[in-house]
Amino acid sequence: MGFDAIVIGSSAGGLNALKTIITGLPHNFSTPIILTQHLSPHSDSYIAEFLNQLSHLTIKEADGGEKIMPSHVYIAPPNFHLLVEEDFTLNLTVDEKINYSRPSIDILFETAAIAYKNKLIGIILTGANNDGSNGIIQIKTFDGFTIAQSPESAEVAVMPRSAIETGHIDKILPLQEIAAFLVSLCC
Amino acid sequence: MQSPERQTNIQNHELELFLELIYRVFGYDFRNYNKAHVKRRILHRINNLELGSISELQHKVLHEAGYFDLILRDLSINVTEMYRDPGFYKSMREEVIPILRTYPYIKIWHAGCATGEEVYSFAILLQEEGLYERAQIYATDFNQIVLEIAKKAIYPVSKIKEYTRNYQESGGKKSFSDYYVARYDSVIFDQSLKKNIVFAEHNLVTDSVFAEVNLIICRNVLIYFNKELQNKVVRLFTESLIKGGFLGLGSKENLMFTDVFDQYQTIDLKEKIYKKLVITKK
Repeated sequence: MGFDAIVIGSSAGGLNALKTIITGLPHNFSTPIILTQHLSPHSDSYIAEFLNQLSHLTIKEADGGEKIMPSHVYIAPPNFHLLVEEDFTLNLTVDEKINYSRPSIDILFETAAIAYKNKLIGIILTGANNDGSNGIIQIKTFDGFTIAQSPESAEVAVMPRSAIETGHIDKILPLQEIAAFLVSLCC
Repeated sequence: MQSPERQTNIQNHELELFLELIYRVFGYDFRNYNKAHVKRRILHRINNLELGSISELQHKVLHEAGYFDLILRDLSINVTEMYRDPGFYKSMREEVIPILRTYPYIKIWHAGCATGEEVYSFAILLQEEGLYERAQIYATDFNQIVLEIAKKAIYPVSKIKEYTRNYQESGGKKSFSDYYVARYDSVIFDQSLKKNIVFAEHNLVTDSVFAEVNLIICRNVLIYFNKELQNKVVRLFTESLIKGGFLGLGSKENLMFTDVFDQYQTIDLKEKIYKKLVITKK
């Protein structure tokens, strides 16, 4: 089958979860990853730098108009929504907050689903709200593959539980097993 | 009647046709906006109105009153806040104001001002720096509805806590509450801030130069445009600026990737403040 991209949504507790996944991916992992982590609008861009130091992959904050490249991880900048275009470039907007969040996981997932269709993997990690659940439904509408972190392994279980309750999650995995599973799907 | 199934995608040729019609019939040109954003907004509108397709929406927009206004609202960029990115205003105070001070009279253009929060933020800054009295400020947007809100200078009181924090971080010199009066759940900003501001309809996509100015502020508008339209708009800005004039963009808008970059000097890379060169390279 093969997948062309992975989108990840995380909120409260997300930094540790992302660290576990990103550091679990081998240096030859080439499927691009695009992720939205909820942040305070006033926070700076430390997440990309922090994760980049720990990984063989190139991890950076997304720029508008940027072409999505293999072996790259793109992170939504604080206070912007991140969208995927159908020509596989990234764009940013400052539209209204969705689920009290900017960046919104739903916006990333919904636009990525249209761009990548059944070649997309969507992952919902730890968090304290429902963001991403609509995005999961959209990914399944286009026959993509969906994963939720198991609520028991999540620092905050609300967000993965909400995603699971949509009935559109293909695989529920403990945090420690997500990276290995992605390798089995993509490499 | 049963409501139609929720729509999850729009075919690109249908979306392009819809935008083409909007342009031909109403004169608003969204054809070079980034597609993912436009598609998402239109999809939302179709589902919100419980329509079955973009062609049903198209029919209503063309033939029934009120529907075009909804589309205009969906596609205009209305989200703004006071002193968004305090560092931008701090840099303006420190790097740009001292040079503007050397002119007897200054003209400032806020392009795509939406509901006006950034216009008043800058007006306060000009007052504090003693430059307001010699400034003429143009605040423009293509959407008349948001301009009406901007003219009123009335904003929800719920935002004031965040705006006050932003104001202080931006290097504000007074107490922020000196500039507004709170009434019920709103605040109204001081009338003296409006004196030298002209609010006017102007469309960056379809209208041309209307004044020669010392400073243009246009933040978080270009990110909605494709490369071609970004270039067109920054060329318009370049024509509108005096030699040695300044351009302030949003934190994620980089002049470096446009055709006019060689006509500017970077004043603040992080805050995206540029100065048009006095001698332009040809």
